[in-house]
Amino acid sequence: MEVTHFHIDIPESSLTDLHERLRHTRWPDELNNSGWEYGTNLAYLKELTQYWQQDYDWRENERRLNEWPHYKVTIDGQEIHFIHVRSKAQDALPIILTHGWPDSFLRFEKLIAMLTEPESFGGDTSDSFDVVIPSLPGFAFSSAPDSPGSLFNVHNLWAKLMTDVLRYDKFVAHGGDWGSVITEHLARSHSRHVAGIHLTDVSFLHTFQKPNDLTEAEKKYFEEIERYQMTDNAYAMIQGTRPHTLAAGLSDSPVGLAAWILEKFYSMSDCDGHVENRFTKDQLLTNISLYWHTRTVPSSFAPYFDILHANAFTWIGEKIKEWAGTSSVPAGFALFGKDNGHLPREWAERFFNVQRWTTLPHGGHFAALEEPKALANELIEFFRTLR
Amino acid sequence: MPIMKTEIASSVQRFTINIPDVVLNDLHRRLSNTRWMNPLESAGWKHGINPDYLKEFISYWNTTFNWRAQEKKLNQFKHFTADVEDYNLHFIREKGNAAAPIPILLLHGWPDSFYRFNKIIPMLTNPAASNLPNEIAFDVIVPSLPGFGFTRCPRQVTQHQPMRHSASLMFKLMTDVLGYPNFVVAGGDGGSPLAQTMAIDYPEAVKAIYINDPGWHVQGVDLSILGKREKKYAEKGKQEFMQQGAYAMVQTTKPQTLAYALNDSPAALASWILDRFYFWCDGDIEESFTKDELLTNIMIYWSTQTIASSIRAYKMETLSPTLTSNDYVKTPTALGLFPKDIGGVPPREFVERTANVQHWTEFERGGHFTAWEQPQPMAADMLKFFSTIKF
Repeated sequence: MEVTHFHIDIPESSLTDLHERLRHTRWPDELNNSGWEYGTNLAYLKELTQYWQQDYDWRENERRLNEWPHYKVTIDGQEIHFIHVRSKAQDALPIILTHGWPDSFLRFEKLIAMLTEPESFGGDTSDSFDVVIPSLPGFAFSSAPDSPGSLFNVHNLWAKLMTDVLRYDKFVAHGGDWGSVITEHLARSHSRHVAGIHLTDVSFLHTFQKPNDLTEAEKKYFEEIERYQMTDNAYAMIQGTRPHTLAAGLSDSPVGLAAWILEKFYSMSDCDGHVENRFTKDQLLTNISLYWHTRTVPSSFAPYFDILHANAFTWIGEKIKEWAGTSSVPAGFALFGKDNGHLPREWAERFFNVQRWTTLPHGGHFAALEEPKALANELIEFFRTLR
Repeated sequence: MPIMKTEIASSVQRFTINIPDVVLNDLHRRLSNTRWMNPLESAGWKHGINPDYLKEFISYWNTTFNWRAQEKKLNQFKHFTADVEDYNLHFIREKGNAAAPIPILLLHGWPDSFYRFNKIIPMLTNPAASNLPNEIAFDVIVPSLPGFGFTRCPRQVTQHQPMRHSASLMFKLMTDVLGYPNFVVAGGDGGSPLAQTMAIDYPEAVKAIYINDPGWHVQGVDLSILGKREKKYAEKGKQEFMQQGAYAMVQTTKPQTLAYALNDSPAALASWILDRFYFWCDGDIEESFTKDELLTNIMIYWSTQTIASSIRAYKMETLSPTLTSNDYVKTPTALGLFPKDIGGVPPREFVERTANVQHWTEFERGGHFTAWEQPQPMAADMLKFFSTIKF
């Protein structure tokens, strides 16, 4: 498996075309004074789009992204893009960080320096990590999977990436959103190599089988999940059931794509009603631009389709039975206040060997971007015990 | 008793559809520049819109479809607008070819438009010309519902029971504006619960209704009180909703997030709407509709930029629902049911819980877009039912 250097270089034609589209945006109206209640707010999206057209500089952001070493490797026919930053420290602990939707490898951009050179952030060199950040299949620069069900194989690709390709025999892993699903599978299937995992949520797959001995806190948590499904989960249902129907439009309209992604950064982060309390326009637009220029909207919906098809429910149901109480890999959790409700520890303990449990008042679903220092500290503290 | 007709109120204006060239030119520029998605694995309809069909469809739209020809056909009907409250309501009004035609209001749904009734209008105004029994004929009124097509929403809209408000606008249109003290109403999809609301709120004026489905509000019924057949139907509906209902979940929760793409990209709009026509019709999509028909309907959304307000209606109505499964329609009600409509044909006893069912017809063929797909059998059935209604 040959590893090649990779350099991000979006063709000029794609940038020109994008600007033409932005210039011709045909805006819909909205319900007066509805804020974000009906979805992405018109006034804010106009402001962001104006910035995208007039001030945002893709090339400058691209240069910044290219400061990290990017690579590509083909594993079992699947081309994987990844960032690999080695620490200068001896005995650095290898860690693989897995993102979700609608973020990208950029989810972890702020963690890279904090983990590879902790001493620059008031920490200790002995806590250093070698950081590996792959793009999920079908996201950004990783090729689209050519068959359904790829979601259920990503952990195997990751294990091969870390061991066969990068020659790490022991490593740790962290993830959130889809990254949490994949990190969990990685620990269960490759425990010989995985010294520990750290997650910011318990994968929602577990809620598909509701046990009949829920504690009060767990019952409350399930109520929160069910409420969320009624109010905020339609995106997952459409992406899972009719991905092409939506992707056709999001591939043709950049403001359509921006609105679709932006709503999640607004509603799932701890932004207190203003998305820029947590993200800069450049951060938001670089992530959106990655989806746009790589034309990966349909393939980024594939995990949702996988979950609802290919007998996934049966598969998950069986797996959950196998998993219950069997995990031995030490697991740490950092729960950020505005992410996934009040996740009770006992719920996590049904599926994981929970060794660390930290609740943090601030931060949301994109904790690695919102509260990078707090998350880096959690990773450092937890994995120190597993070195 | 002959139906009284007063002079048409002064706010009524003749209306001709005439989409500006600038809109059409802009549309063609967008169609020519469509940036296609990279589809997931195999083509087909398994993942939603069929990418190959979408390409063929967009290409036809851009190079073959002749809007001006369609516009000319649409303008063969008499179109009007009338000011009712803050709304400038658009409607077609075609007079019946009979001594005392029955006034009928035809109510469309989503994602169709007044065009749903394009084929059935002449069958109802002049049944004999379509080889239908001509004991009665209708004065046909087909509005664009508030927020759809040529009836734009004003800047401020009521958020309290918006469907009840639409019912009052329609009532005022029929009575105050058009001078029909009594009339009948027919509708499917969103037009069904709207017809039911009119029957409940204006029982003196609305003599009978003809609907194609019981309305989404009946899904709230307590399952434990249902009989075996009813339970099976309700459960099938729920299952179908999980597989096919995501469009509605988006539209009832975050419609604005979706609206940006649909109003900016004709491919986005076509994809979103075609997906529903494909899944809700009987047989292959082009066995039921021609591309010209599908595009004429899509053009009504595109050229008026009303896709945002049309999908917003789902959320507004959900936040402040007009009807629940406890509401009952006392007005004589006919059900004209089509086998491939959403959820299939309900058991009669299920519909009887919420309406005074006087007439029940299960058609052999047809799907969700009833009057559009099977105009002749449906017109025949409507004539049969409404000839029994006393004015």
